[in-house]
Amino acid sequence: MLSNLYQEMILDHNNNPRNQGQLVNNTHTKIGHNPLCGDKIEVFLIVENEIIKDIKYASSGCAISTASASIMSLIAKGKSIQHIKELKDKIHKVFLKGVTSLSQEEIDSLPPKILALEGVSNFPARVKCASLAWHTLDCAFENNNQAYTDE
Amino acid sequence: MNNEIREMFPTLKTTVYKKQLVYLDNGATTHKPNTVINAVKNFYEKQNSNVHRGVHYLSMQATDKFEESRLAVAKFINSQAKEVVFTKGATESINLVANSFLSLKAKLGDTILISSMEHHANIVPYQQIAKRLNLKIDVIPLNSDGTLNLEEAFKMLAKKPVLLAISHISNVLSVINPVKKLISYAKKNQTAVLIDGCQATAHCKIDVKDLDCDFYVASGHKMFAPTGVGFLYGKYDLLEEMPVYQTGGDVIETVSFQDSTFVKAPYKFEAGTPNIAGVIGLKAAIDFINDITLDEIQSYEAKLTNYLQEKSNANTMLKMYVKKLETPILSFTFGNIHPHDIGSILDSEAIAIRAGHHCAMPLMSVLNVNSLARASLCFYNTFDEIDKLFNALNYVKKVFKC
Repeated sequence: MLSNLYQEMILDHNNNPRNQGQLVNNTHTKIGHNPLCGDKIEVFLIVENEIIKDIKYASSGCAISTASASIMSLIAKGKSIQHIKELKDKIHKVFLKGVTSLSQEEIDSLPPKILALEGVSNFPARVKCASLAWHTLDCAFENNNQAYTDE
Repeated sequence: MNNEIREMFPTLKTTVYKKQLVYLDNGATTHKPNTVINAVKNFYEKQNSNVHRGVHYLSMQATDKFEESRLAVAKFINSQAKEVVFTKGATESINLVANSFLSLKAKLGDTILISSMEHHANIVPYQQIAKRLNLKIDVIPLNSDGTLNLEEAFKMLAKKPVLLAISHISNVLSVINPVKKLISYAKKNQTAVLIDGCQATAHCKIDVKDLDCDFYVASGHKMFAPTGVGFLYGKYDLLEEMPVYQTGGDVIETVSFQDSTFVKAPYKFEAGTPNIAGVIGLKAAIDFINDITLDEIQSYEAKLTNYLQEKSNANTMLKMYVKKLETPILSFTFGNIHPHDIGSILDSEAIAIRAGHHCAMPLMSVLNVNSLARASLCFYNTFDEIDKLFNALNYVKKVFKC
């Protein structure tokens, strides 16, 4: 079960997180906190015509939250806000209840990378680690000054 | 001795993921011995009633038991019974002092002195009252070895803060603060002193008369008693002088629709029906500690502490944040592996530790970390369990391929 959580891909993204950094000329930005464990992420977006042209983030946290942010950045780049919003709900279900909670059609629509994080569904205390980046991204679309806090 | 003691704690026999539980999170809460569980069960089965108001048999019995607990706490810390206020825990005790004592004594611009190693519970209540009364908060720094900087502390005390609030034992750093020295220095400057004894009461003898502190607070659940009960010790004259904190039933002498008069301390601080079963459980916990004796506990825990230190020193990947452990509380980082990952992997081996900021975020920034892993032991823990912890850390290394 534990090897499910710390898969090769997770360790790789934790060691070499992709798209880390800041976008000074961002159109959207959001800070997300998980006060329980102190994980923090700031997401920067450049959105044009409802398409995420570029995404970067600055984060500090555990291997799961770091890998999740890294994988998210790869998935979100080039996608429409609408698409990411729909995807986010399905991904959250995967984190919470595992991939078997989805229909075959839903599974087929998921980016395969996300399945590396499916293991968190067996570790309820770690679901928040995986979902922080996605919640923060979702809130970033609203573009207000309020930080996202996981409660 | 250890096996016999472990037998008395039902939860210690629990298996987690089909493995024997290794519980190293006693800084967060301790398990409860049979005697405490039975005291609570017995109360609800045979004595359940409200206290301080009934004329019937059960209520009188419940009141007697409740007051016996007050006496037990008083003897345990060497105070008078009337100097012991029951609260729901140290947090409530501190809030009581912050609100009642400071509103009585603090003048505009006064300073509250705390230390860098305080738990949020011994920081935030003062911030709130400081905003209302326009007070300042000063913070005693640490030495590079993780101990309190006593020299700075004395300098700051010389500026006559209205209150010094400091932990007896740090829940992160394991160090025992030189509270007696601090108190005697504070007294010269008319500074009142509150000691947060949460990490101390289960591990060392407390003598409030000898310490000469004005307030001493603790939580029952960190000393083998149920959750939701704790106490505030306060010097009686001070308690008498202090205004009521929470009000309602139980604290009043007479009430009209426009005004009320209040009973004497400690009762005036115990508004509403208290956690009666918890208070009775607290006495059972104190009896339990007294039966083992704190001398025995201290000498055994000193050996655990030495072994933890030895194993930590020998582990090149493990970083401690204090040079010398003084109690069996080991806070650490392990390579670059995040404490939450360490916590999850140890959990898969049925080893329970704490990972996070330990309700001491300001201390985390002083130590320049986001979070720490912490193994905190007490007298029912064994050397074998320490070995298991370090073996499991090798497994963490393996999972992270470092």
